[in-house]
Amino acid sequence: MPDAPAATPDAGTVGRPRTGRRKGALARLLRHRSGSVGLVLTTFFVFLAVAGPWIAPYDPAKPDYTLLTAGSQPGHWLGTDAFGRDTLSRVLAGARYSITIGLSATLLGALVGGALGLWAGFAGGWIDSVSMRVVDVMLAFPGILLAIGLVTLTGPGVGPVVLASAVFGIPVFARLTRGSTLAVKERAFVEAAGALGARGGRIMLRHLLPSVIAPVIVFATLRSGSTLLVASGLSFLGLGVQPPAPEWGGMLSDAQLYLTVQPLMAFAPGIAITLAVLGFNLLGDGLRDVLDPTVRT
Amino acid sequence: MTTYVLKRLVQAIPTLLGVVVLVFFFVRALPGDPARLYVGTDADLATVEAAREQFGLDRSLPEQFVFYARGLAQGNLGQSFRARRPAAEVIARHFRATLVLASIAISAATVLGVLLGVAAALRRGSLVDLAITSTSILGISTPSFFLGILFIYLFAVELRWLPVAGSVSPRGLVMPAATLAAAGLGTIARFARSSLLETFGNDYIRTAHAKGLAPRRVIGKHAIRNALIPVLTIIGLQFGFLLSGTVIVETVFNFHGLGWLLIQSIEARDYPVIQGLLLVFSVQFVLINLIVDVLYAFIDPRISYA
Repeated sequence: MPDAPAATPDAGTVGRPRTGRRKGALARLLRHRSGSVGLVLTTFFVFLAVAGPWIAPYDPAKPDYTLLTAGSQPGHWLGTDAFGRDTLSRVLAGARYSITIGLSATLLGALVGGALGLWAGFAGGWIDSVSMRVVDVMLAFPGILLAIGLVTLTGPGVGPVVLASAVFGIPVFARLTRGSTLAVKERAFVEAAGALGARGGRIMLRHLLPSVIAPVIVFATLRSGSTLLVASGLSFLGLGVQPPAPEWGGMLSDAQLYLTVQPLMAFAPGIAITLAVLGFNLLGDGLRDVLDPTVRT
Repeated sequence: MTTYVLKRLVQAIPTLLGVVVLVFFFVRALPGDPARLYVGTDADLATVEAAREQFGLDRSLPEQFVFYARGLAQGNLGQSFRARRPAAEVIARHFRATLVLASIAISAATVLGVLLGVAAALRRGSLVDLAITSTSILGISTPSFFLGILFIYLFAVELRWLPVAGSVSPRGLVMPAATLAAAGLGTIARFARSSLLETFGNDYIRTAHAKGLAPRRVIGKHAIRNALIPVLTIIGLQFGFLLSGTVIVETVFNFHGLGWLLIQSIEARDYPVIQGLLLVFSVQFVLINLIVDVLYAFIDPRISYA
């Protein structure tokens, strides 16, 4: 992938002391061309998710019936939508929905899937077999279908979208963590911890987790992009966050009807999603090159 | 080889059985009453009851499941509530459209993706490489529903080159297929590039150079063929994603394929069609994975499934 350093298989990731490596990682990430672009984009969008509603010039929900589907003009730089709501304000305020949903869903998926994978890999036996069969069934529904199914089941809303998009990530995180756990489990320091009398829970959290976390972080960053795509896709299909909330996917769906009248309505949220996803993807690529040259996606 | 394929098919059975059970209970847990949706909000209770009876929804869940499972064992997916025809027939009618769309998209994504990936790898660090890698990551990052809308705006609204709504006419297929291909194309190009770059570092490439082979021959005969083996897996995976991606792309273009049908059936709570569609999607996914693994053995003589 871009600027991939010559891979040093496995040596960099597993079980090295953590402190020194982390500091170097940020510096190396900043020197990584596309990775630093990703870091800037991601930081910008996370900032928007926090501050967007406050820096928005207008109330994103306030209609102005004298100014419907207006083009770019002073005061409304990105025009207005079919209700005369300021598009710039809606995109800024919408970051709180779209970005927060994407990030929390990824985090939830990584936590649940990671815990499942760690446990399955460590415990082995029937626990491993059963959970991996469950993962297989989940993976038998490709991509967005699982999320569509879940969100239809729970009904629309922010919470359901987070849940549905999180479940879409669980099987993949479980597979990934289980794989690394199996690789680390057999190593001497884990055996030593067991021999010293450490219990299963302690071995998993203190010894296995630090060794398997790097690929999970890298993958979670990459996954944030696709989770954002799935979550906004659900809202685009009308199954996710409901209007009038300024969620980007939902805004695009509304804008579709006015494409001939006011294309800015569609371009603004569309470009916002694209840049946010691009940011996560670039940052994930950069992190992989810096932290973990062995992960391939 | 035959033993391997049979073994894999047998292994897929528990997964698919899990899917069948899960999907059956999933559709019945959906909020909303198919009978009520079918007869309309104005209908009186007796009409709703009659519809429910006709759909077999008046029976207990276990009874319904046994009925469904027995039908399925005979290859019967049940009657569509909405179309009042066999669900299999409804699905089959929309299958062709999606098959054509997905095949065009995956072929375009594969051919262009591999070509671009190879071109980028051969000129590593050049402007061409930068342009290809940037376009690839942009293709992966752009939501298909936005890309579709962009295409519609550009080619249908502004330039008026192509029809807005998709149809199975060749011209109507261009935009949906391009939209569907974009993400896969980016992924395949990136993967082909990195796989080829990795291959260049191998000893046998150095040997080939050292024994005086022309660079073109080294790349064409030794590097690319080996580099493409892992790319095959990604193409298989992409095909699966692409099939599920049809849900969004077909909605954007109002293209009446399987993805569009799924959203319609979910809205109408047409249980038999939803069940059938999800089963079709998972069977396809399992089969694609199997085909990829078998192709692997054909391309790479080091792999044997004996």
